[in-house]
Amino acid sequence: MMLILRLLAALGRAVIGVFAGAGRLVIFAAQVIRAALVPPYYFGRLFEQMALIGWFSLPVVGLTALFTGAALAQQIYVGGGRFNAASTVPAIVVFGMIRELGPVLVGLMVAGRVASAMAAELGTMRVTEQIDALATLRADPFRWLIAPRLIAGVLMLPLLVMVANAIGIMGGWLLSVNKLGFNSGAYLATTRKFIEHDDFVMALVKAAVFGFFIALLGCYHGYRASGGAAGVGAATTRAVVSSFIMILLSNLIITLAVFG
Amino acid sequence: MSEIEDKMPENGEAMPIPMIELIDVCKSFGTKKVLDGVNLRVTKGESLAVMGGSGTGKSVMLKCVLGLMKPDSGSILIAGEPMTGASARDQQRLRAHFGMLFQGGALFDSLPIWRNVTFALTNGRGGHRKEMRDKAAMLLERVGLGVEVLDLRPSSLSGGMQKRAALARAIAHEPDILFFDEPTTGLDPVLAGRINRLIVELVKEMGATAVTITHDLHSARTIADRVAMLHQGKVIWDGPASSLDHSGNEIVDDFVKGLE
Repeated sequence: MMLILRLLAALGRAVIGVFAGAGRLVIFAAQVIRAALVPPYYFGRLFEQMALIGWFSLPVVGLTALFTGAALAQQIYVGGGRFNAASTVPAIVVFGMIRELGPVLVGLMVAGRVASAMAAELGTMRVTEQIDALATLRADPFRWLIAPRLIAGVLMLPLLVMVANAIGIMGGWLLSVNKLGFNSGAYLATTRKFIEHDDFVMALVKAAVFGFFIALLGCYHGYRASGGAAGVGAATTRAVVSSFIMILLSNLIITLAVFG
Repeated sequence: MSEIEDKMPENGEAMPIPMIELIDVCKSFGTKKVLDGVNLRVTKGESLAVMGGSGTGKSVMLKCVLGLMKPDSGSILIAGEPMTGASARDQQRLRAHFGMLFQGGALFDSLPIWRNVTFALTNGRGGHRKEMRDKAAMLLERVGLGVEVLDLRPSSLSGGMQKRAALARAIAHEPDILFFDEPTTGLDPVLAGRINRLIVELVKEMGATAVTITHDLHSARTIADRVAMLHQGKVIWDGPASSLDHSGNEIVDDFVKGLE
């Protein structure tokens, strides 16, 4: 009997812990959204973050998209060849990149690069009392530190996804034309035919949602960091893992909502 | 910043409104009671040192006064106005009274020294560059630093220089209350002596009220007129700094003897 009670108590504690954590995150998100919408705004800080998230992520995003687009074309060519459907390469590269791979790969790459950096920077600021110093100097940490990151994440991810989609499709075209023997003009004509407005919009919506979660979770875990260097390390890991999970989960939800 | 009016009691004698007043302040973390009914008054122009061993709640008390932590019960008045229970906007307004020197300096890593020093004047914005650089140079000179540090990042400065730059930042907006959290921790005796003298000079020059959190007896004797001893979450002794050696309190005697 005692064992069952103990097990139930442990289960109860875990459930309460999950709900308490979710509640803290929702309250944090509400505070950040309010700070992002209500003046004063820090445009200098916003442009700085837009450059950090957008411009400096371009090399990694571009390379990832290029290699993935090319590999996708090769796989579709080999796989499709079994069903005499090798000619579907341009169409499936377009669908694959725009609908799924572009947004998800950009989301994951930027999460690895940016969520970790945000958590580490804010975590270090927390444990070295820089966030307390901001408050004593009458600057709201939510407005000065977090809102610019959240807005920059939401604005920059769609731009990065557009770039990644273009580069990924180009990677497929380069491989198809140079290795698989496709005609360049015909490949591009098929590609244009299969680019659909709704897919494009869905990709941008997905990207904005991913940008929101990357910035929110990076800042949330950094802001709540405690316990010196080890605490900052743990916050960074939590930020990356939780943003990966939220990217993949929200991607599934949006895909099911549109295509389900 | 509001002027502090003198209250006239019935006997006609002026009784100054304390700049800081803590009334029965309690704060716990889980089951650990950190502040257990703290009562303390600091009048205008007074320099108080709060002493006590590690983990006695000195820094928690300071954070409660600054509104960075919310006490579980009790009230805190700043220049007669309640900090506890005040709206975020009112708390931010009340914080204009304070200048705070954090234990590790807490300079913002991402900003050059001149922007750190003028942070309270610009609200964290980058405008009025020429004017603010001149102002920063003047403040840095006041704490014994030259213009060559203006464009350096905090990480390029030694510990002592960081403390001085942080001191310049704390006094930039001419606050009427100065807080010093362990101002000499981590400094060699010569540098600690210099920082102590600098604090005494600045407090006198500005006519500010000062509260110093320290466990350094030499520092407390140099800086403070009055000393309050915090032990197990309560103020167990409060008297002139000159009476520390004959306080008549066993715990204070042990503390003084143990350190000397």
